[in-house]
Amino acid sequence: MAKEIPWGRDFDAALTSAGDKLVLLDFSAAPM
Amino acid sequence: MYTDPRVIDFVTRYFVPVRVHVKENAQAFGKLGDRFDAHWTPTILIVDGTGTERHRIEGFIPADDFLSQLALGVAKAAFARKDYAAAERLYRDVVDRFPSTDAAPEALYWNGVSRYRATNDPVALKDTGAAFLQRYQDSTWAKKASVWK
Repeated sequence: MAKEIPWGRDFDAALTSAGDKLVLLDFSAAPM
Repeated sequence: MYTDPRVIDFVTRYFVPVRVHVKENAQAFGKLGDRFDAHWTPTILIVDGTGTERHRIEGFIPADDFLSQLALGVAKAAFARKDYAAAERLYRDVVDRFPSTDAAPEALYWNGVSRYRATNDPVALKDTGAAFLQRYQDSTWAKKASVWK
């Protein structure tokens, strides 16, 4: 199990590479 | 929400996660915010491979509720691609795993719809209407299912 979520930054790249998965798009103001 | 191991596991299993920060990725925030009409944080969207939003979570919610909403979104995506057998199973999982959340009555409703779509058997709707007489009676979804007799 991953210890943290491997957030990406590029939505279009995520959409292209998602395959059978869905894209979880998080609009955030949390500290990065 | 994102520090809970169950959330991390679920996200890793079902999603490609992308974070757009309101300040640190301001340009992307503006562009994608306009595209999806999302102008507040936190707003979390579940988007399918066609780029279509399938579910939206707005505002902070505790981990159990968040997990239930993620699972609801996965079920909605299965329904949208007309994989009704998978949708039925996924909606049922929401009800079984998160019975006390706001997602549960919605999932119970759509579980019945999915079963009806999969089988074309109106008994699926009748059974769902009957189930709402036993639980979630005060929910909007019980009202919607009240015509299924």
